[in-house]
Amino acid sequence: MINKVVKSAAESVTDIFDGATIMIGGFGEAGSPIELIHALIDHGAKNLTVVSNNTGSGHVGLAALIENKQVKKMTCSFPRTVNSTVFPELYHNGEIELELVPQGTLAERIRAGGAGIPAFFTPASVNTPLAEGKELRDFNGQTYVMEYGIRADYSLVKCKAADRYGNLIYNKTARNFGPIMCTAAEVSIVQTKSMVKLGELDPENIVTPGIFVKRVIEVNNPAEESKLVSEDRRYPW
Amino acid sequence: MQGWDRNQMAQKAALDIPDGAYVNLGIGIPEMVAGFVPEGREVIYHTENGLLGMGPTPANGKEDPELINAGKKHITAISGACFFHHADSFTMIRGRHIDICVLGAMQVSEEGDLANWSTGKPGTIPAVGGAMDLVSGVKTIYVITQHITKKGEPKIIKECTFPLTGRKIVERIYTNLAIIDVTKNGLFVKEFAPGVSYEYLQQNTDAKLHLYDD
Repeated sequence: MINKVVKSAAESVTDIFDGATIMIGGFGEAGSPIELIHALIDHGAKNLTVVSNNTGSGHVGLAALIENKQVKKMTCSFPRTVNSTVFPELYHNGEIELELVPQGTLAERIRAGGAGIPAFFTPASVNTPLAEGKELRDFNGQTYVMEYGIRADYSLVKCKAADRYGNLIYNKTARNFGPIMCTAAEVSIVQTKSMVKLGELDPENIVTPGIFVKRVIEVNNPAEESKLVSEDRRYPW
Repeated sequence: MQGWDRNQMAQKAALDIPDGAYVNLGIGIPEMVAGFVPEGREVIYHTENGLLGMGPTPANGKEDPELINAGKKHITAISGACFFHHADSFTMIRGRHIDICVLGAMQVSEEGDLANWSTGKPGTIPAVGGAMDLVSGVKTIYVITQHITKKGEPKIIKECTFPLTGRKIVERIYTNLAIIDVTKNGLFVKEFAPGVSYEYLQQNTDAKLHLYDD
């Protein structure tokens, strides 16, 4: 029997090893799998390379993971956000590496990684510092830069509803990087607001097919990052 | 000196958005453009974090933390809106499906180069977001910006000194002083704001400005 349901967030991250590459879904707080990130903080794996659009805010979620010195390198498109102080401090002190990637290139690198495409050419960033040192090639009179697909050891994603096969649907703009990150990791770990029976999700409307998901954890009442930040909460609590 | 205020700048750009356009608006004054599209035109707003059909700001108490725009502000979705993941969103951008993008600027060159993501100063944390993808994929790029910096330096110049977002991509610039077209033959003034003379505009621009009448 196939059952991808794991009882707790803690159990779902126990095999994450030091030095792993981890994709973390979310655009700002929308779609950020905050309970899974907190479980990873409790677990303590270090020297992580994290691929995520932002670097978190306040002292919870992704910002707390960074503050806890578990992240060696961030690959992201926008490391500055309102209420984001943790990453800037470590970056200025030379304690964390940054690979800055245009947002669409980041998305396509993840998509390509998941689709078995090792590299591709994009027009974004040509003639800018972000294309320096990279291979350029002309197609039909326009110059493109080569970018590599990214694969990860794990991805941490948040969704709205899931079944035991790992089929997923998302909520509004919290979908963002979730579906492509599930495809690009050896082990994708998903926290879902509700777990439903097989057949309850309309096959026509499933966004992430279960084949891309390894573990699902139900988190009925996920924390709201902005609320925690406004209350100046810090993780570990 | 009169010129246009922020609302009027946004309104000027809105007049150039045709019925049926798919439009992406940047953060700041560009966001305000949506409020001024003339009655009778149906325009669909794209936000790169995964929504076509962005609607206005929600009423107080109706905010949803999982319904935000690229500036991470609370928004609504119109009837007929659709959600999608990031790779699809940038397929719309890079694949030349979005008609118009309106962006802010730090500098624009006379050839239409845009710098709007970094001053390149050591010690600053670079952040680019989707700007480079937008300028390389959207069919028409408009810029809305104050004509000069707070320190009084021209933002429209011969060559950008800040790191570029994209090269030769800006088609039209809406400032508080004028609307300027970027053409193969240089910068042409399409419209002066009230009370702005050619001489004054040229003094505040570090590139040659042409008049269509010449």
